[in-house]
Amino acid sequence: MRKDEFWEGVRGGFPIMLAASPFGALFGALAVDNGFTIGDAVFMSAAVYAGASQMVGIELFGNHVQPWLVVLSVFAVNFRHVLYSASIAKHVRHFTFVQKFFAFFLLVDPQYAETEKRGERGLPVTFPWYLGFGLVIYFPWIFNTLLGAIFGQLVGDPKAIGLDVLLPIYFLGLVMGFRKRDRFLPIVAVSAVASVAGMHFVGSPWHVSIGALAGILLAACLPPAETVAAPPVAIEKEA
Amino acid sequence: MIDPLYLTAIILMATVTYLTRIGGYLFLRNRTLSPRLRTVMESAPGCVLITVIAPDFVSGRPADLLALFITLMAATRLPILPTVLVAIASAGVLRHVLGG
Repeated sequence: MRKDEFWEGVRGGFPIMLAASPFGALFGALAVDNGFTIGDAVFMSAAVYAGASQMVGIELFGNHVQPWLVVLSVFAVNFRHVLYSASIAKHVRHFTFVQKFFAFFLLVDPQYAETEKRGERGLPVTFPWYLGFGLVIYFPWIFNTLLGAIFGQLVGDPKAIGLDVLLPIYFLGLVMGFRKRDRFLPIVAVSAVASVAGMHFVGSPWHVSIGALAGILLAACLPPAETVAAPPVAIEKEA
Repeated sequence: MIDPLYLTAIILMATVTYLTRIGGYLFLRNRTLSPRLRTVMESAPGCVLITVIAPDFVSGRPADLLALFITLMAATRLPILPTVLVAIASAGVLRHVLGG
């Protein structure tokens, strides 16, 4: 393993780790608030390692949505990763089988964006670089989850410090992070309306499936944009 | 200590997430996706995220609705961390002033 490339990756991932850290802690605190133990929260960050979908998971799970529906929602939130792994395939072709196995585990949004950028510039995408970039985000993500979970347990009642408003607002921020994407506004608006209607007429948890399906159907029916965007545009700021 | 239900759910979530991360490499690396399919795949996360929270925002509490509006404005202009700070501050102040 070439050390300088590993450290180059670490340096590249460092600012992203800093930006993601508060959200790792927030996830930990909210997970505990939603009935997860500290161990569950840390294990989830270590095993799933996908910020937005982890938030969806704990929010739905905390509201006693059936587990299969929670898993399906997580799958839908993470479905964009299919595009990422297809897209970086050309840059990681030379990785060994085991290296690929780990590399795809670490394929979060910024990892994808940086790998793509590096590959397009003609710089070598080596495994040490990739690993350095990924691990400097991965381990602090877990550690911050632990800190947040401990903090959440200490606070006890999250409403006392206004933590309960955080999740919807954080979600809203995440949604807005996708706003540069094709036909964002009508699709998200339709989902929102369908969700509220679903909640009103059918009830929880079906509003999630109904709302998401409505938006996805609209996305499928709208004519594709005339100019095909170059590589996927907006990269969410989650880890 | 660890509840088997939670443990199973987490393992399933991790599994489907890993499948999305390796799936594109395994199945799509030599294909070109149609722009329509690309749009659908890219819009899925936004759709799910908004549906989870949308009912929260029609609670009818004026303080929360105002805070939502302020947050939306902030979200179109600021990165996510300042947006969250603006959101917490506005929700806190408005709830205090208007009563929530």
